[in-house]
Amino acid sequence: MDTAQGLIMKQSKTELLSAYRGMRTIRIFEDRMHVEFAGGGVPGFVHLYAGQEASAVGVCANLTDADILLNTHRAHGPAIARGADIFAVAKEIYCRGDGLCRGRGGSAHLHDVKSGLWGANSGVGSGVALGCGAALAARNNETGGIAVALVGDGGANQGVFLEAMNLASIWKLPVVIMVENNGYAEATAADYAIAGGDIHKRAAAFDMPGVVVDGHDYFAVYDAVLEAAERARAGHGPSLIEAKQRRYYGHFEGDAQSYRPKGEVEEYRKNRDCLKQFRQKVILDDLIATAELDAIDGEVGELIDRVYADAIAAPFPSEGEFMQYIYATDT
Amino acid sequence: MSKKTYRQAINEGLVQEMHRDPSVILIGEDVAGGAGAGGDVDAWGGPMAVTKGLLSEFGPKRVLDTPISEAAYMGLAIGAAASGLRPVADLMFNDFIGVCFDQIVNQAAKYRYMYGGQDRIPLTVRTMIGAGLGISSQHSQCLYPVFSYFAGLKVVIPSGPYDAKGLLASAIRDDDPVIFCEHKMLYEMVEEVPDEPYAIPFGEAKFVREGEDVTIVALSRMVHIAMEAAESLAKEGIGCEVIDPRTTTPLDTESIIESVEETGRLVIVDEAGPRCGMASEIAAVVAEEAFSALNAPIIKVTPPYTPIPAAPNLEKLYIPDAGQVITAVHKVMGRE
Ligand SMILES: Cc1ncc(C[n+]2csc(CCOP(=O)(O)OP(=O)(O)O)c2C)c(N)n1
Ligand SMILES: [Mg+2]
Repeated sequence: MDTAQGLIMKQSKTELLSAYRGMRTIRIFEDRMHVEFAGGGVPGFVHLYAGQEASAVGVCANLTDADILLNTHRAHGPAIARGADIFAVAKEIYCRGDGLCRGRGGSAHLHDVKSGLWGANSGVGSGVALGCGAALAARNNETGGIAVALVGDGGANQGVFLEAMNLASIWKLPVVIMVENNGYAEATAADYAIAGGDIHKRAAAFDMPGVVVDGHDYFAVYDAVLEAAERARAGHGPSLIEAKQRRYYGHFEGDAQSYRPKGEVEEYRKNRDCLKQFRQKVILDDLIATAELDAIDGEVGELIDRVYADAIAAPFPSEGEFMQYIYATDT
Repeated sequence: MSKKTYRQAINEGLVQEMHRDPSVILIGEDVAGGAGAGGDVDAWGGPMAVTKGLLSEFGPKRVLDTPISEAAYMGLAIGAAASGLRPVADLMFNDFIGVCFDQIVNQAAKYRYMYGGQDRIPLTVRTMIGAGLGISSQHSQCLYPVFSYFAGLKVVIPSGPYDAKGLLASAIRDDDPVIFCEHKMLYEMVEEVPDEPYAIPFGEAKFVREGEDVTIVALSRMVHIAMEAAESLAKEGIGCEVIDPRTTTPLDTESIIESVEETGRLVIVDEAGPRCGMASEIAAVVAEEAFSALNAPIIKVTPPYTPIPAAPNLEKLYIPDAGQVITAVHKVMGRE
């Protein structure tokens, strides 16, 4: 069945509302971060996820507490989608003492073990190998968990990506490789840097399923991940999903983006936007009323105001703890 | 002669060397920017816009944007160097050496030696070092002591625009692999820089300031921290001689020893870590060769032994400052 209704039937209304809330939360969080960064006060390099929300949310809707999500440097969206405390996420981006990583990592290193969120990593591509390790441990320990490794189109050109795919396949590891192909690695187009243009086709060479989906379509992502996750849980090994998408902002904040074709972002915002697509589908199919979605928008807006106020007011890490957490003996 | 930033000096140096020698090519991630994207080409010039304009000037045969595949393009650059090209390969942040370590330390560094002197590897690796931008542990290290460990590599750490341009020319013209370490907090630094090409030889330290009481050896950005301390110490009547080695391989130990023999006191200021770093190395050389000249123990001013934090207040604690240098100088002067 390829009607929206057919796709949607796999998820309860509560699940759908939660997916919408997740995407809206990320969107408002990132739009606000864009403004705050421009105003100064956000340290470091900040890579925004706006535009790509359906990808992380579609992945995370399929994950259980036993699973591990490997994040990338474009970290805010996946961290929020995975259910990390959004207040602690914001505080980490602001490098505050009670941020997710106690201010040590910042925007590109959001990591929260208790939420099953690993990474974020600024060594691009390395999450795929680390994910294989999480998957091996889950299998040995019989946790029932799987690992889903996010990686960009750029990260997919690291040697470790190909080595990890091979390893995952020969050992049938319960891992899903989720390639978020947003068309660019910094200012370089995927069309230029990816031989043949398609990353999902590499899966065949490693004897695993490889599919391509519209990364702005929550339902398409959800379905592809559902199938790959079921396969991994059943012990049949890894899969690769290539979700095509676009970011709405620059590679990092401050990127003038002159390399992008004129009107590209406007076109995506207008005709491909994940929130718009989602609303159209569920409203057309009479699953959820417009008013319910609008109410979520309002609630999320208020939440994000509180999250930023809290993060900005929070103190930096205590200087007395400067040398802590280097070795396992420091707690 | 005109005022130029560190960024402009490096860019100009590259342009002039590329004009001078058609075998020089530039290769790396977004060294131009915009490949295949449909908007402007030559859009970035790297994340710090250092190589902007080179694609437009020299064309795609000589300025190549790569996929994010450091192992592959470093290996390729070495192979091209062995074949007579003079590649300048850009390793965006020196921390990424992790994914192409084999290429640089096992291939480039040993290629000539292990094959009995048959080959030359005229490769320059331009890379960014240093803390200060709040970008945490995987983007802020100073790894030149690591590079300096490997015989077969040369290592350059310019502390300002004038040296950057002249040392870059020498790096590109050199027939051995050179790691050229640009400190990311220096790109905006302005200095008088000659417009015409010039080359500064490797292994010649610069006496940045003369003084009789204490020798301060400072590396890369730390030269400026040492100078700040020295100016303030001068007001107390303490004369500091500030030496910038400029290259860590070859290392001008002669100049350092000569100075310590005059002053009898040595403080070394290095942003690389305290263990197995350049400060340790320089201290060892002086202890070995000029022990009898020393009137006080050598003091190293370095960051603590820790990965680099993102939080600005902790990062500030990490980076050595003038206050620490002043304390060290007081100590070697016996004025605690
Ligand atoms: C090994 C390595 N090389 C280069 C970089 C610098 N860098 C950071 S993000 C990035 C682009 C990544 O592109 P992609 O994987 O497509 O992710 P996106 O930024 O598009 O989300 C690059 C080159 C890095 N972090 N790690
Ligand atoms: Mg990308």
